[in-house]
Amino acid sequence: MTIQFNDETFRDDYSFHNSAWAIRRFPFPFHEDSYMYSVNMEQHRGGPAGSIFEKRFDVDEHYLSEMRDRAMVLADDPLRCQSLPHMTLAGWDLLELIMVSKSEDYPELFELHRNGNTWRWVNKPMGIDDTFTFLDEATLPYGPLEYITRQAQGDFCVLDQRDDNLWMDAGIVTTQADWSLDFDIGMNFFEWHAPVPLAHEKGVFVRALKFLLNIQQGSPARRLNWTMTVNPLLDTSPENYHKWGIQKTTLTPENIGQKQHLRVELQTFFRLPRSNALVFPIRAYLCSFQDLMTMPKWGRRLHRVIRDLPEELATYKGFIDNRTMMLDYLSKFDDGLPTSDGIWPEFETEPSLNLSEDS
Amino acid sequence: MSKFEFPPSIRSRPIYRTLEPRKGPAHLLIADAAGAEAMLDMATTEMMQTAHIIYIPKGADFGGKLRALNPAKYYEGPSYAASVSRIRKVLADAKMGLQVYLAGTEGLMGQAQLEATNAGIPHTAIQCEHRGSVARRMQCVHCKGITEDVEVDPFICSHCGLNLFVRDHYSRRIAAYQGVCIDAEDPGNVPPSKGIYE
Repeated sequence: MTIQFNDETFRDDYSFHNSAWAIRRFPFPFHEDSYMYSVNMEQHRGGPAGSIFEKRFDVDEHYLSEMRDRAMVLADDPLRCQSLPHMTLAGWDLLELIMVSKSEDYPELFELHRNGNTWRWVNKPMGIDDTFTFLDEATLPYGPLEYITRQAQGDFCVLDQRDDNLWMDAGIVTTQADWSLDFDIGMNFFEWHAPVPLAHEKGVFVRALKFLLNIQQGSPARRLNWTMTVNPLLDTSPENYHKWGIQKTTLTPENIGQKQHLRVELQTFFRLPRSNALVFPIRAYLCSFQDLMTMPKWGRRLHRVIRDLPEELATYKGFIDNRTMMLDYLSKFDDGLPTSDGIWPEFETEPSLNLSEDS
Repeated sequence: MSKFEFPPSIRSRPIYRTLEPRKGPAHLLIADAAGAEAMLDMATTEMMQTAHIIYIPKGADFGGKLRALNPAKYYEGPSYAASVSRIRKVLADAKMGLQVYLAGTEGLMGQAQLEATNAGIPHTAIQCEHRGSVARRMQCVHCKGITEDVEVDPFICSHCGLNLFVRDHYSRRIAAYQGVCIDAEDPGNVPPSKGIYE
């Protein structure tokens, strides 16, 4: 299919919206009616046609608008993209991975023509047609990491591997769930995850690190993570928290369905060939509560998950103050019927909402 | 009492131990204020023959005792900022095997450790012992400005003026803890400041 790119904003008037197609393929992160941290990894080898798992780097209707938003964030704060000196080669690895993947997965949108080290990259949606010399930084307008990730949705962390650990030594981070690349750059896996509650005690990070250290070339992995965001704001950065934090207080019972968004991260992990670094793309998908509620299964389940979530997690994910209002809203979409296993909406087979008591 | 038992914390927070003399061709000892006591407790006559002591008193009075250790080189600086160019030169000139000992406030140890790691010494090879003030070196995550010697939580960023709460999340690269706006969701609602460990 041809993607119709939205013209929309993730700030100010928040004209971001999901089409019916985007809602159907939204990566609802709960495979059961409850949630707790786990090392929920699986192989990243495609998925159902049209799903966000199908391609190595998913391109959707928000592509052009997200790239515009990223350019604005970087203009305001260049520290959102950094690469320690030893990470340049990994940046080239990433550029190659994204160019090869996108040109193979979306040949109607992207082309890569390689003649030795002379490469021509064509990005049709963004109107880019650049010829450069692979591994020669002087031939690109930005470093390789920044060049290619200004053309790829989601944040990218590039992790060096040494001393049996992973080190956050490069990245571009403009659509984050409230963490700072500028502060965390240079930290190891346990250090940058230090503020996460409960998961250390559960041994989640030790097991996750073991898994990640062993990821091989050509065998990427993936998992989903989630949080909550009021308004479809991509840049929920700590840097700008003093500006956007106040938006969390603007929820009312009338606007919550439209303003409150479930924010889901598709996290993928690819080994890079020359540097042996690991690239960790974090792609954020936003969906308003009212759009989620169009899928009866998701409505039932989201209510149960948010209701039963441990207080530490609701606090860490930043919605403890709004939880009661969320539950008042979500409970109207939970009629107590059982839900089927798995994340898929199953909108064709799931029973519609039984509102007999209210109607 | 210059020793403080830090409560258990998150994984990014530094852990300080007790300095012990190690074998090496040269020794660099950097301390501020009560950190001098850790140096005095650790120093050996043998080590002092090839030792360089850099001391920033910050109003403390240990200079005479440190000098009496008779190190090969002794320098007393009026501030860390005044001393850092000397520290960089010593580290740039250092040979393999230099032993680095840091003692005193977290701000001093963090900044000196950063100089040492920039010079190529792994942070795990640098010994640190906390003594004296438990004040923290804080970075404002919003304006990126550093406020030195923060003793209370919350505090006011000395650069942008925001009310910041004191996190335990620590960056070796910045040599500072992270300060985050405390009243972003309720402007003006700032709880009274109290000591960081109260």
